[in-house]
Amino acid sequence: MIQFVAARLFGGLGVIAAVATVCFFLLRAAPGGPFDSEARMSPEIQHSLEERYHLRDPLWRQYAAYMAGLAHGDLGQSIKRPQTVNELIAAHFPVSATIGLCALGMAIGLGMTMGVEAARRHNRWPDHGLMALALIGISIPSFVVGPMLVSLVSVRLGWLPPVRIDGPSGYVLPAITLGLIYTGVIARLARAGLLEVLGQDFVRTARAKGLAERVVVWKHALRLGVLPVVTYLGPATAALISGSLVVEKVFQVPGLGFYFVNSIADRDYPVLTGVFVFYVAILVALNLVVDLVHSWLDPRIAQRNR
Amino acid sequence: MSTQSAAAWRRLRSHRTAVIACAVLICVALACAVGPWIAGTLGLDATTIDTGFGAAPPSPRHWFGTDTLGRDLLMRVLIGGRIALVVAVVATAIALVIGVAYGATAAYAGGWIDEVMMRVVDVLYGVPTLAFLVVVMAVMETRSLVVLFALIGAISWLTMARIVRGQVLGLRGQAFVEAARAIGAPSARILIRHVLPNAAGPVIVYATLALPGVMLTEAFLSYLGLGVQAPLASWGTLVTEGSAQVLVYPWMLLCPGGVMAVTVVALNFLGDGLRDALEPVTPPD
Repeated sequence: MIQFVAARLFGGLGVIAAVATVCFFLLRAAPGGPFDSEARMSPEIQHSLEERYHLRDPLWRQYAAYMAGLAHGDLGQSIKRPQTVNELIAAHFPVSATIGLCALGMAIGLGMTMGVEAARRHNRWPDHGLMALALIGISIPSFVVGPMLVSLVSVRLGWLPPVRIDGPSGYVLPAITLGLIYTGVIARLARAGLLEVLGQDFVRTARAKGLAERVVVWKHALRLGVLPVVTYLGPATAALISGSLVVEKVFQVPGLGFYFVNSIADRDYPVLTGVFVFYVAILVALNLVVDLVHSWLDPRIAQRNR
Repeated sequence: MSTQSAAAWRRLRSHRTAVIACAVLICVALACAVGPWIAGTLGLDATTIDTGFGAAPPSPRHWFGTDTLGRDLLMRVLIGGRIALVVAVVATAIALVIGVAYGATAAYAGGWIDEVMMRVVDVLYGVPTLAFLVVVMAVMETRSLVVLFALIGAISWLTMARIVRGQVLGLRGQAFVEAARAIGAPSARILIRHVLPNAAGPVIVYATLALPGVMLTEAFLSYLGLGVQAPLASWGTLVTEGSAQVLVYPWMLLCPGGVMAVTVVALNFLGDGLRDALEPVTPPD
């Protein structure tokens, strides 16, 4: 087990380094520099600015410096803002993470319930109804749902502040918008996973023992039936990050995604690379956690990983 | 038509939601293809500015109303639909080609080549795709449609590769493949003529299910200002314009957003129906 974790950690670091390398050279190959848009800068000032950010050093030295910084967890200095990339992440990631976790919490709670209820009534109308609902949740783009929710809940009904986060009430709509997609996916996965398990012998045994149907489904069957959902949580986080790019723009949330998207127009390469590397690092870590949870839920998988 | 595909066809036709979804999709595609042309003969187009009706709500003349410049929104949605549909189909086709080639090669080669190739897929799964596209788009100066096709296709092939690999692994041990090898057919021929046609079912299913995802990716990119650019319009750009006006002119969001949502829902229902029809029993992993 320890060997497995060590191998995966090592591989993960390799992935992060590879991603950072690709990003670094990709963005250096981009036409146009970060100081292009500044109006009428004298050559001397531009020269000294480029000196300041080491943009005039040979490429390999810039790369070596960047990777050395990365090894210490230093993602560099933003070119257009006074903060370092680390400070930017520290200031804005908590906002994104809060919304993401709320969305995921809602998706797991609601999605699992929908999936289990649908599976228990397999091929009857609640099953069809719930699954149609899940599919619609997956299909409607968040940038359609978001503005509609704002105009309905905030403006027409006046229940919540329309845009901008002031306190927890501002998190509600972005989290719901973001959570809808994952609710749908998790409901479908939970249903499929549970249907596969419900026919197995150990479920029959549990029923034969005379256990309550609720206990059979939620405790015995679901432990194995939930595996597809757990597997999905890794990619779900990846999608959550992508989704938050859109949702943060819809609701003008000052989260990390918002700055990430804005840094394109600014040609703020360190922010672009740094935030992307940060995203990948989170995913690498979470995928490892998912694997560990997997082997805890299904001991047969742990056997294989050994 | 072989008995197998005839049976699949029968199962699909008895799948009520799939049939309805298919009809809806054909309607949307037809409307986008010939709608603007028919409307043109009636004197409606997507660019003429109807100054008398600047930002007018839906009416008998302008079914979807007009946008802030007074252009007919229905025409804009139909023209935008052409781009949205073409991007979705072409990008999915690109993903299909890459995924099938990659997955089939990995499975057929087997051994350490398979191991390495699938590890690469595992790793790429962990990359947030939209964020990656944002980084790549930052580099691209030209925002042409071709770049858009290629990039969206290039990030959407991973699941396809896994599915095809699984199929080919299952098929390559079977007797008819052994027979083809016994008469001396080269590997490439066995793969293309004998193995892949038998993997067509799951590939069709997944391609259908991948379409809505690809369509959403294009729309999201356009929403972030990185996709389809100004003179052209796709559903993504129309929804973007609409969402800025939602409090004052709600139809500008509801009409393009509604058409897009209906299309994506229909594609998902059709994909589900195809899965039930073509893969009656899901093989265990």
